[in-house]
Amino acid sequence: MAEIQLKALAHSYSDTPTGPDDYAIRQLDHVWHKGGAYALLGPSGCGKSTMLNIISGLIQPSEGDVLFDGKRVNELSPRDRNIAQVFQFPVVYDSMTVYENLAFPLKNNKVSASRIKARVREIAEVLEIEDKLYKKAKNLTADEKQKVSMGRGLVREDVSAILFDEPLTVIDPQLKWKLRRKLKQIHEQFDITMVYVTHDQLEASTFADKIAVMYGGQIVQFGTPTELFEAPNHTFVGYFIGSPGMNIVEVERCSGGVCFDSTVLPLEPWQVAILTRMQSNNLKIGIRPEFIEISPIPSDDTFEAQVLDVEDLGTYKNVTVQLGEQELKVRQNEEFEANISSRIHLSFPKQWLMLYVDEFLVQEQQ
Amino acid sequence: MSLTLENISRTVDGVNYVRDANLTFEAGSFNVLLGRTLAGKTSMMRLMAGLDRPTQGRLIYKGEDVTGKSVQSRNISMIYQQFINYPTLTVYENIASPLRLAKMAKSEIDRRVKETASMLRIEPLLKRYPLELSGGQQQRTAMARALVKDATLVLFDEPLVNLDYKLREELRAELRDLFRERQCIAVYATTEANEALALGGTTTILHEGGVVQTGPVMDVYRAPVNTLAAQLFSEPPMNMIRGRVTDTEVTFDEYSHHALTQELEKLTPGDYWFGIRPSHIALVPANDDDLEMSMEVALSEISGSETFMHVENSHFEMVMQLMGVHQYHTGAPVKVYLPINKLFVFDNDEQLVHTPSRISGGAV
Repeated sequence: MAEIQLKALAHSYSDTPTGPDDYAIRQLDHVWHKGGAYALLGPSGCGKSTMLNIISGLIQPSEGDVLFDGKRVNELSPRDRNIAQVFQFPVVYDSMTVYENLAFPLKNNKVSASRIKARVREIAEVLEIEDKLYKKAKNLTADEKQKVSMGRGLVREDVSAILFDEPLTVIDPQLKWKLRRKLKQIHEQFDITMVYVTHDQLEASTFADKIAVMYGGQIVQFGTPTELFEAPNHTFVGYFIGSPGMNIVEVERCSGGVCFDSTVLPLEPWQVAILTRMQSNNLKIGIRPEFIEISPIPSDDTFEAQVLDVEDLGTYKNVTVQLGEQELKVRQNEEFEANISSRIHLSFPKQWLMLYVDEFLVQEQQ
Repeated sequence: MSLTLENISRTVDGVNYVRDANLTFEAGSFNVLLGRTLAGKTSMMRLMAGLDRPTQGRLIYKGEDVTGKSVQSRNISMIYQQFINYPTLTVYENIASPLRLAKMAKSEIDRRVKETASMLRIEPLLKRYPLELSGGQQQRTAMARALVKDATLVLFDEPLVNLDYKLREELRAELRDLFRERQCIAVYATTEANEALALGGTTTILHEGGVVQTGPVMDVYRAPVNTLAAQLFSEPPMNMIRGRVTDTEVTFDEYSHHALTQELEKLTPGDYWFGIRPSHIALVPANDDDLEMSMEVALSEISGSETFMHVENSHFEMVMQLMGVHQYHTGAPVKVYLPINKLFVFDNDEQLVHTPSRISGGAV
């Protein structure tokens, strides 16, 4: 197991990059600590797969260093880095039994026969595939095969880290729950550094202690699921995390706060203080659909809005409202009822109003 | 105008891909086929499209038996998981291709291509080539080509699976709005309960080639006919606990005893499955007669806005979906509360015998 450090790392697929647009990964520094469960989350094309391939050694970075426990490994192959990988599609030998599949990486490493036997049993037990050990892999279901794939990564005791590249894509939703839970238990039990690449926020946040959100070749935020949800560092994180994503509204400076159309939103004094010091006019307010409150009656700090749509998603409802020229999403529980085009009253609790200048969150200085 | 599947089956080498399906799809309707991998979704769509012949049964389209007819003679569009475009043609020509094939007038082609492209928000990309586009834009191009010819039957086979979830969210909403005004029959296959809920319309649950249940999406969601439908149409799956009802009480796996109150009074003595959605179990009681159970935390998964807490005791396990962040260590003891008015009850044959009354639990 290892600490993985990326130092002044950048990567371009072009031999002669001329500008930032030529880089799949723009220069960054990052540390994946020993024994952590991490996710690398972002839309397709954000650079997350490139990043994973650089860590594993499938790609050599064009700039900067990859350090394992402080040692530069740029030129080492995945095998020499002792990296185990689990891919989107299960990698198993169909003609071998489950036992042989699991034993294979150990045999390659010349582990003793008795140790192989013990270790394969242990891993099969954790993955709950003991009863399948003597079945041919080709007779397994997709999720069983993916378990064997994971088992092949876990079975070696000397791995530096296990990298997962969208491992649950081919698994049915009902089974995804079980496998994710299994992975999490495995992490708790074995304490291995794990990096999990996905574009699915739920997979990322339920698996990882900390998530790195990638956008445009950069890590725009590295934080716990709760941090990403409550205080997105960048408007992109606000939009990408959460379903529906954060409401992001262009605003202007107004006395005591910001405004859009005829709506004036008062802000905290420290936010106002920072706002007056900053030059940029690219100002946005972000508020999560979960944090907007709806009330049937007006009060001093409510704004009248019109209901445009109520979408019933079973466990909750997405309400689309119009406030001035602005459409906003509000998330309500499944008991919420409102007629289309009826008038309701919105309030925006101050602690959930995030101010963005040039797309980055304005934070209180400690 | 409608499409009817009459006792349709398809068997290949002794394997039943579709078994005895009876379904009717009306013009102007949006129909979701929900089921796991290999449930028969694709097989059923291929039968509807005329790409495969049923082993048994009839396919009635606009009142006419079209069982053996080829896809070319009918006005059908199909959109696949893997988006397919012509790489050497521009986005414009990709979208225009079915109209050129139909020898439509140039000006009409131009009008339709632009209209469809603007609907799918790819108008600025018309001069580009598919490989210069992102995955989402490529899939939108494929969709535009399928929609431009005004097909009377549009079949979507898990079209959003390969896209990231944010794009999926956006395209789902677009699709829903797009079909509101159309008079065609839209059929959409998915493995995800949440996608079926987001798309609305009619939901048909398929399992091992057979139709489990069909109806307006919320009707199916609120009254799943059996435990299978209940679990397939809930994410995370609905919790199912074995219980025995006597004259005076209900016992869960001989583990906890509860007096029969409210709606449970109506149950005749016997063994049942009690179903409850993960979002309806709470850490604090909402009513005096909520069923209290002592459990142990197996795992708590925090998604940021919600916590999925897996709890268990020596007899059964459940998943709870809680708003907010709830951090518990594995093994921590917790008391959980099941509101009686949120319980689904299924008999020994796993058939629905009681639907929750949906009385609001107090908190709004």
